[in-house]
Amino acid sequence: MVIDLDKCSACQACVVACQAENNIPIIGPKQSAKGRTIHWMELIPYIEGEYPHIKARLLPRPCMMCDNPPCTKVCPVYATYINEEGLVAQINHRCIGCRYCTTACPYTVKYFNWDKPEWPKEMKGSLNRDVSTRTKGVVEKCTFCHHRLLRAREKAKIEGRDLLPEDYIPACVQACPSGAMYFGDLNDSFSAVSTLSRERRAFRLLEELGTEPKVIYLSEGT
Amino acid sequence: MADSESKLEEDAILLRPIQRTGKPFYLSLSILLAVILWAVFVYLHQYRQGLGVTGLARPIFWGVYITNFVFFIGISHAGTLISAILRLAKAEWRRSITRSAEVITVLVLFFGVGNILMDLGRPDRMFNIILYSQFRSPLLWDVSSITVYLASSSIYLFLPLIPDIAILRDHAGKWQWFYRILALGWQGTERQHHLLEKAIAFMAILVIPVAVSVHTVVSFVFAMTIQPMWHSAIFGPYFVAGAIFSGIAALIVAMNVIRKVYHLEDYLRPVHFNNLGILLLVMTLLWFYFTFAEYITVWYGGEPLHMTILWSKFTGGFAPYFWGMFVFCFVIPLPILSLKRTRTPLGTLVASLSVIIGMWLERFVIVVPTLTNPRLPNETVIYTPTWIEWSILAGCIAFFIVLYMIFTKVFPIVSIWEVREGREKSMAEVQERIKTYLPGMGEE
Repeated sequence: MVIDLDKCSACQACVVACQAENNIPIIGPKQSAKGRTIHWMELIPYIEGEYPHIKARLLPRPCMMCDNPPCTKVCPVYATYINEEGLVAQINHRCIGCRYCTTACPYTVKYFNWDKPEWPKEMKGSLNRDVSTRTKGVVEKCTFCHHRLLRAREKAKIEGRDLLPEDYIPACVQACPSGAMYFGDLNDSFSAVSTLSRERRAFRLLEELGTEPKVIYLSEGT
Repeated sequence: MADSESKLEEDAILLRPIQRTGKPFYLSLSILLAVILWAVFVYLHQYRQGLGVTGLARPIFWGVYITNFVFFIGISHAGTLISAILRLAKAEWRRSITRSAEVITVLVLFFGVGNILMDLGRPDRMFNIILYSQFRSPLLWDVSSITVYLASSSIYLFLPLIPDIAILRDHAGKWQWFYRILALGWQGTERQHHLLEKAIAFMAILVIPVAVSVHTVVSFVFAMTIQPMWHSAIFGPYFVAGAIFSGIAALIVAMNVIRKVYHLEDYLRPVHFNNLGILLLVMTLLWFYFTFAEYITVWYGGEPLHMTILWSKFTGGFAPYFWGMFVFCFVIPLPILSLKRTRTPLGTLVASLSVIIGMWLERFVIVVPTLTNPRLPNETVIYTPTWIEWSILAGCIAFFIVLYMIFTKVFPIVSIWEVREGREKSMAEVQERIKTYLPGMGEE
């Protein structure tokens, strides 16, 4: 995934699209004030320097899908692992809720269900049926909308053709009104993401940690 | 038989707690049971509601329970390690204190493990640890290491108990069948003694590396991550030293209580407290050394991320915890333990209670500030433990005390046969031993 910060208007459409797509529970203002909000995709303020010489940047932050993730190593039960697509996956129904992965992730992209996930009555009917809801006491995280890949694959199979890159994009990328987010196969050196990732403007978050994130940001004059 | 009868007279006081139980025992037992019941009720509440009832939130995913886990596992180093080292060093003054130390180890381990289980979001899935175990996770190293430790320290507690159980089998009126089974047919023959000594010596050696490994891998849970101020090579030895430190303190407290309650002033003498006080003093200094080394390197390196956490401990929100830890772990115990005049049972008790509180704070100061300051900007969340978490800590302590009390009612808390052996054999042995040290005496 490539996120062009020069195009991003920080409208948070990606955040909202993600909440709706992935059945993320609504926890209410009281729990939220305690710091228990779940955001698989979150807009984080990245502020450098001191007032008045501040350089502020707003970063949409999904899971970094590291090639060398610190979270998968520490899970005692293989509930988080790198799947065959190279995505860092989370098995919610195996997770024992020890929260080791949440503390090990330097990007703090993992979230814990402190309470039983709940939705307002009116919303229950409109939950996404492709995404299982979680129980209390387990960890959840951004999956790059993996369910969409499964669905696209099924569809391609039925139609008797190969999976095309445009068949599968995550909800956040789809929702971005300014076209700041790109999604594709980084291994395919002709893909848009691959080309963009080699741009001069490209950087990754906390690159120095050696986690090798697969989310690449673009920004002029970093 | 008549011979052993008369010998038992001397140590009859050691069997008294088993034979007679007074009102104060039942009174304290019922108070502690009330605390335990309360904690059980609180835990059931947490089990139903989820961990939302705690003060935890993102990014402070770990709090009091993990602190308790590290703390209790630390306390467990009291026993086995100290007793094993004293046994191997042939320190004669160990005889009346080893048992009370070993019991702490075995009993307190359950609460270390218990706190981890209570910290799980889905305790009903805990067997996934066995079904899907991933050995790359330091938590699995903990599981393995603690299991081995529990097994070996239980054996190490049980072996020296056998001759005492045999005494109980022959003398105590009640529960004879129980003691008969546990005594494993001990008759006190030469051969049996020889085998027992061999087994004890073997276990004493085995248990030392196991104990060291336990607290090392506990520290690895933190040190193996790349989080600032956790990712530190010093953590293994730092945790082991801290564990022995708090362990000795716990032992001194336990000995003080036993001494007063069961009137064992003759067995647990000021010299025992003086000697353990010196050990505790050494550990106080060692603890200071490690803490100093840990913080000075961070401070001198001056990485912004590390400095944020460092200042949050020195002057920020965690300053009360940090300086509290420093006062309780160092400022209070150091003068008390340095002076011979205050290295009395009472003096060492005060120092030990201080160390125990200080070491709990130390674990807290390690776990929470790092999580409060993650690498990426985050909402500022201040972690304040709720009454739920405090109740469970109180319940754990109460439960531990109850188990310890019950142990003293079932088995002698001072090893009868070892004290007797000291009286009968060691006097001469020690004299012989000293001769071998001295030039111009004994054989070459």
